[in-house]
Amino acid sequence: MPRWARPDILKTETTDAFAPSRSSEGRVPTGESLRVIRDDGSVDLATDPGLSRPDSERLYRGMLLERILDDRMLALQRQGRIGFYGPSVGQEAAIVGAVAAMEAGDWIVPQYREPGAALYRGMPLTDLICQFMTNSGDPAKGRQMPCHYVYRKGNYLSISSPVGTQIPQAAGIAWAMKLRKAKDAVLVYFGDGATSTPDFHVAMNFAGVFRVPCVFLCNNNQWAISLPVARQTATETLAEKAGAYGLPGVRVDGMDALAVYAAVRRAATDAREGRGSTLLEALTYRIGPHSSSDDPSRYRDEKEAAAWRARDPLVRFRRYLEKKGWWDDGREAALEKEIGDDITGAVAEAEAKPPVPVDSFFTDVYSDGTWALREELAEARSVARR
Amino acid sequence: MAQMTMVQAINNALREEMRRDDRVVVLGEDVGRNGGVFRCTEGLIDEFPDRVFDTPLAESGIIGSAIGMALYGLRPVPEIQFMDFIYPAFDQIVSEAAKMRYRSGGQYTVPMTIRTPYGGGIRGGHYHSQSSEAYFCHTPGLKVVVPSTPSDAKGLLTSSIRDPDPVLFLEPKKLYRAFREDVPEGEHTVPLGKALVRRPGKDVSLFAWGYMSQVCLEAAEKAAQKGVEAEVVDLRTLVPLDVDAVLDSVKKTGRAVVVYEAPRTGGYGGEISAILAERAIEYLRGPILRVAGFDTPFPYALEDIYMPSPDRVLAAIDKVMAF
Repeated sequence: MPRWARPDILKTETTDAFAPSRSSEGRVPTGESLRVIRDDGSVDLATDPGLSRPDSERLYRGMLLERILDDRMLALQRQGRIGFYGPSVGQEAAIVGAVAAMEAGDWIVPQYREPGAALYRGMPLTDLICQFMTNSGDPAKGRQMPCHYVYRKGNYLSISSPVGTQIPQAAGIAWAMKLRKAKDAVLVYFGDGATSTPDFHVAMNFAGVFRVPCVFLCNNNQWAISLPVARQTATETLAEKAGAYGLPGVRVDGMDALAVYAAVRRAATDAREGRGSTLLEALTYRIGPHSSSDDPSRYRDEKEAAAWRARDPLVRFRRYLEKKGWWDDGREAALEKEIGDDITGAVAEAEAKPPVPVDSFFTDVYSDGTWALREELAEARSVARR
Repeated sequence: MAQMTMVQAINNALREEMRRDDRVVVLGEDVGRNGGVFRCTEGLIDEFPDRVFDTPLAESGIIGSAIGMALYGLRPVPEIQFMDFIYPAFDQIVSEAAKMRYRSGGQYTVPMTIRTPYGGGIRGGHYHSQSSEAYFCHTPGLKVVVPSTPSDAKGLLTSSIRDPDPVLFLEPKKLYRAFREDVPEGEHTVPLGKALVRRPGKDVSLFAWGYMSQVCLEAAEKAAQKGVEAEVVDLRTLVPLDVDAVLDSVKKTGRAVVVYEAPRTGGYGGEISAILAERAIEYLRGPILRVAGFDTPFPYALEDIYMPSPDRVLAAIDKVMAF
């Protein structure tokens, strides 16, 4: 049993899902990780979090919504109707399974590949698509490129492009929760590339020293744009880095939504009850490109992606629903149609919104305007009139 | 009123704000039991044991976690031990704290005051002497405040802590214990964005902040002995700048000398010069002159030559008066 594994949560059943495929840089993840749903859809009773039927269906809906949304948004991007998109295909279990385990008072600190989490926290679909279109319906007023959404009502933080910067902020939010004696916790998402940043190190270190209620979720999707995990670290796992900070580290099958849910739920409970932070490493895969501007065929063997595609988290979760007797083709078709119609409606609504007005980019620099901003606004207006 | 050094005034401001508002917390290296390497936070941990934190030695962690606290609704006052050590936190300050309100469409804000000792004159060498305010003045979303007296230090720090935006509060360490003055006890605020004419004069305007304000006052005293009346304008807040105070002074005197201890090239004094050139050229009776640090790393042994002195300022006054 590796020292980063907690025996009470990591049971003996292991997955072989991470063995055969090999990137050009060599190593792929091997070894034990927490898993709940078996290939045939049955569950390991020792690790099953025991979700109810409504909760299971809600989780599945969240994943399917993210999958279909990705597909539609990439199509819109190719048609020039949105400027940029970063898909999360393959990572739905690691994204939605995690957020589903958090409570309303908790905070979600995203990286930039978690639209399913924002929607799960209640962000209206139209608002999200308006952000992708950066028009006047964008709650963030068209100031950031697509995929940088924010949802205050769901305690969903604003997104920054530089990798890793959100991690110490998440530790700080959790620290503040502890100081205010709130029984809440923080879930922060980041990727394998982020574990190389100084911000990862300082955040884990602060979280360890001050024992803050934070769940650090590393979605190890194996690639940081063109670089494989082996180029980010010489350690065998990312989870084992937790030991250096006095925190538990747990490896989870990131293609198994129930495993991710169970691990996050347990870590969040530990956090809430004063036992501090946990580092989770969810083993998953970025099946699509890094973004609509990226071409993975330049740097990786598509056979590797195909092998991971065969372990599709949605397929596995559907098998679980079917095994429970909660799902069939009719329900699947109805849900697909419902989501498709929702997206079609939201896209139409979003495309009807006018562009952002010129004045909007001079507000929110400070709480109040300054003489310089007022003067520059006048100049910007005259530019817009030309 | 009590006679205080700037260190005491800063300590007093922190203590009173922590008493007034339980959201105010202090964090940084050695700020707890040790009271800070300059003693600005001395004794705070005794009165507020749950709100003063000695942190691990990592500036990006101090600022990054303070941002998180501010997002959650606290009013953190992180300390960076010397401004020379602030660069590991540069990304968190300029790309995160300063941008949060804007990038979230006003949904999230970061009300945080970063205190840091800055500037030369204490035999600190390159890594305890820098005056790198220009990097931060170039950052939309961040306010930059620099006191030059104990009373202003209290009033400006109090206003900064209460301000809804992130503030970089630069403390001129040369002035930490240089002199005492009357500082109001209890409520005392000095508004951000307001300069102060520290010495009126009709012949030439001297623009400065921090320790250089004191240097300019000395230079003005010397100039007066030669019959030249120099006006000393202490900017107090660099961003947002009190542009009216700058222009009003030059419209009166027709001459300007901008004094700053940072390297001359790209320094914030260049911005003051540009504003005068753009908006007050018709009032100018001579070139806008800069007296600044040299374009070298901060030297240790020759610090006294590097730091702008009253005599260097006086030479600039003579030059512009003779134009």
